[in-house]
Amino acid sequence: MLNADKIKKDFPILKNRLVYLDNAATSQKPYQVINAIKDYYERYNANVHRGVYKIAVEATEKYEEAHSVVAKFINAFPNEIIFTRNTTESINLVAYSLGLKLKKDDEVVVSLMEHHSNFVPWQQICKLTGAKFKVIPIDEKGNLKDYERYITKNTKIVSITHASNVLGTINPIKEIINLAHENGAIAIIDGAQTVPHFSVDVKDLDCDFLAFSGHKMLAPMGIGVLYGKQEILKSMKPFNYGGDMIREVKINETIFNDLPWKFEAGTPNVEGAIGLMEAIKYLEKLGMNNVYAYVQYLTKYALERLKEIPNIKVYGPEKRNGLISFKLGRLHPHDASAFLDELNIAIRGGHMCAQPLVNSLGEIAVARVSFYIYNTKEDVDKFVDGLKKAKGAFKV
Amino acid sequence: MDIFMENILDHWRNPRNSGSIKNPDISFFDNNPLCGDEIKMQLIIKDNIIQEVKFLGRGCSISQASADLLSNFVKEKSLEEIKNIKNNQIIEMLGIPIGPVRIKCALLALFALKKGIYLKEGIKMEDNDLNGNSQN
Repeated sequence: MLNADKIKKDFPILKNRLVYLDNAATSQKPYQVINAIKDYYERYNANVHRGVYKIAVEATEKYEEAHSVVAKFINAFPNEIIFTRNTTESINLVAYSLGLKLKKDDEVVVSLMEHHSNFVPWQQICKLTGAKFKVIPIDEKGNLKDYERYITKNTKIVSITHASNVLGTINPIKEIINLAHENGAIAIIDGAQTVPHFSVDVKDLDCDFLAFSGHKMLAPMGIGVLYGKQEILKSMKPFNYGGDMIREVKINETIFNDLPWKFEAGTPNVEGAIGLMEAIKYLEKLGMNNVYAYVQYLTKYALERLKEIPNIKVYGPEKRNGLISFKLGRLHPHDASAFLDELNIAIRGGHMCAQPLVNSLGEIAVARVSFYIYNTKEDVDKFVDGLKKAKGAFKV
Repeated sequence: MDIFMENILDHWRNPRNSGSIKNPDISFFDNNPLCGDEIKMQLIIKDNIIQEVKFLGRGCSISQASADLLSNFVKEKSLEEIKNIKNNQIIEMLGIPIGPVRIKCALLALFALKKGIYLKEGIKMEDNDLNGNSQN
């Protein structure tokens, strides 16, 4: 099992005994990632794919190596890895490049448990194109309900989250991807909550696109990934036009660059790419199977301990990703969060950027704890004990 | 726990002015979707003076306690006086420091009240119009 006490020492922000339990929002960063970024700026900062001097060559090599490292991590080819700002931008890229081709009788299928980043782009693209926006509901346990009925011959795009950022539900995406393909639709997976937690293999899943963010997996903010199958990417129009995405520009015409650069217009986030590469190396050293097993162990321990608190409502299915959303009587999540903050414990409260889902639970806000590799059993104990104190103070 | 926080919790647990008014002169619902706070302010007005005020809502202790404290405060005050309530007065009533994250919770009831009064006069106010007060 992972040694979280030892791992914790790699994270400078956790030195002041901060109990950080909002990992589904963003993860903290280890020295290894911070130092790699520092090294880039102190030693070889230069624009990529342009200069021919030494540091420009080194920056370009590292930037391209980052594509290869990400590709290997999810079992893709390097030219299938497009760097974006985040999951949201990755999904918008597909929505604008492919989605705008939709016609009136076409359908786009998402689910009620989508993060706004995989909900709003499709809702708006459907408004623009007149395509039908279909939302798969969930059952009382928090699993997708009757998804087979929503994917039809008219469905052109199925865009589903791999795991819910509120309920923790891990969706049967392999079945959904198969069903999408049987109906001739493109399958897009929002992997923001899963790629940081377990090994995701795009070849095995056979998804057409996978979107995820670096910052939830130890890398800096501002670097995200869009994986796309090369034959689909080749046929797609660029999302942004400008520098680096071109092979040749004439007054009235432009020939676009090869993959993946065709989709990476403008000076990219080189420090982010280097940080992401280092983050993946860190995670691979731990082993993604170990990461998953450890976070599962902590989550189960937390679920057990929360049972000590009467009047607590935990949302989501038994088998879940590493997070727990809950409500304690009429204690508002922000009051719970503010109270725990006084004890140096950071938890999340609010609609979690998933308003349709949270509202369907009959709530306007819920509280959430989410775990990662540096969290310990003591962190969970401090949180549960703190929550008991909050229960006493607010008399709920 | 801090004595000022105790006061807020007391108003949150046992609000003095929660409820509904039958046939109110002004009824205004406002919410803060990001936090999930909701407030409906209802008033009976006679000769421009508030005779009765009730609120209904759900949300965090700060949003609900400020609605209750504000309701106490505005009874028998004129509509003009209410329009001139400064944002800082709410924070003083609450008696605890309110950071940038919770300020929206603290001001929800005041904004709902002001928006309701302005709307009655035919003026549609938004948070942006009312936020200017925070400097005063």
